[in-house]
Amino acid sequence: MRQRNGYLTAGLILTAFLAALIILGYFWTPYDPSAMAVGPKFDAPSLAHLMGTDNFGRDIFSRVLKGAGTTFAIAIATVAIGAVCGTAVGALTGYFGGVVDEALMRFNDALTAFPSILLALVIISILGPGKKYNVILALGLVFIPSFARVTRTAFASLRDVNYVKSARLMGASRGRILVVHILPNTMSVLLPAITIGFNNAVLAEASMSYLGIGVTPPDASLGYMLSEAQSMLTMAPWYAISTGLVIILLVFGVGLIGEGLQRRGREVA
Amino acid sequence: MSEELVLSVQHVTSGYQEGGVLRKKAYHEVLHDVSFDVRHGEILGLVGESGTGKSTLARTILGMVKPDKGQVVHYTKRPQMIFQDPYSSLNPAYSVEWILEEPLRIYGKYDAAERKRRVRDMLELVELPTECLKARPAELSGGQRQRVSIATALIQRPKFLIADEPVSALDVTIQAQILKLLRQLRDELDLSYLFISHDLNVVYQLCDRVLVMKSGRIVEQGTVDEIFDHPKEAYTKQLLAAAE
Repeated sequence: MRQRNGYLTAGLILTAFLAALIILGYFWTPYDPSAMAVGPKFDAPSLAHLMGTDNFGRDIFSRVLKGAGTTFAIAIATVAIGAVCGTAVGALTGYFGGVVDEALMRFNDALTAFPSILLALVIISILGPGKKYNVILALGLVFIPSFARVTRTAFASLRDVNYVKSARLMGASRGRILVVHILPNTMSVLLPAITIGFNNAVLAEASMSYLGIGVTPPDASLGYMLSEAQSMLTMAPWYAISTGLVIILLVFGVGLIGEGLQRRGREVA
Repeated sequence: MSEELVLSVQHVTSGYQEGGVLRKKAYHEVLHDVSFDVRHGEILGLVGESGTGKSTLARTILGMVKPDKGQVVHYTKRPQMIFQDPYSSLNPAYSVEWILEEPLRIYGKYDAAERKRRVRDMLELVELPTECLKARPAELSGGQRQRVSIATALIQRPKFLIADEPVSALDVTIQAQILKLLRQLRDELDLSYLFISHDLNVVYQLCDRVLVMKSGRIVEQGTVDEIFDHPKEAYTKQLLAAAE
């Protein structure tokens, strides 16, 4: 019955391919990502070194796999924190309303008024820079308001719908109504929000690491590698290009999924 | 029919505040000194034009709205409600089987096998094929959905049911089937209904007694024959004339 959805299919294929490569990268890379002189310095892409080598003769493909793994993990953890906490806040404020709702939402507005990177910077400087977990925590906290806003609207619009009223008459607990009866019906807004959040997290991590306040060596992330690549742009342009390309493909694939989900949501509605 | 009561509504007055910080507060009364009883085994019709407070009365009876004055006394446990729109009364995220089982899970006294058995029994009572169990509400017709709604409302085995315009969103032929089903279920399961409708023909077919409501007041009540053949109030006569 459901129509084929080109965006969703294309996005899922692209993302699945990249995710498979990234997961492979956790267990196996063609060369040790930090081993030096596995090939000549500044070697152009070849069959032996798919993305060429850098100034130390390290294999860039291996480094990109590893770095993408770090970026991927950070983005997923960030979205998980943002989505879980944001949905909890949105569910409670949307369903119960009242003074707490008003207060939290105005606080939310205030937080949203700051650019997210700036807010993450502030949190990082409090937590201490250079640690992977602090980046996750900072970005996760920054992402809570957007999820809270989206889910609050959904929960508020469904709290007095007939099937929720009848669940109340059956004697369902508030927790059960929120989680079992309403939450599954907010997926049409929550899932696209998760894909958008994921992409923002990838880009935010890349920007922060590029600026040197995100992931630092010995960890490598795509953002950090991009800043490294910048210094050798003329000698090894393939470094910047391949790193940037992976970021773009990752964001593009997940973006397609999000677009597909939104279109499907509109069809159903 | 006995004189035993399932519900007693006593001098219920209900309204809402409008306005607030910037505007002048105004109190709008929706129900004014409403009193009536629902007797065991009867189908009590509640008629009146839209906007007279019928739905507010239903919500007040079920405790979704607190009355400002008066009280509602239930003599049965967990009264249920059937809604007008069978599209929004079934959770679109789940299968019919899950929806029917949910009230039993909430009730919490039956194991999985017993729940499945009760769901199948109820499905038979509302005359739906077992193939419906795997379907999502969106895949069913309006009439089938209303049967599922009725089954969901009845599966906890309540003794009193409020039906708020349960057939007015359906085709005439489907209406007749659902009305027949409601009458059948009343006899088989020993139920009592408060049946809300603006359609006097439907009320005439189904109900034993009728309440006539106008602007939040019960203006007349009596048996179907009394109301339809010998209306006393001008408003009732007017309603009947309009339904001719």
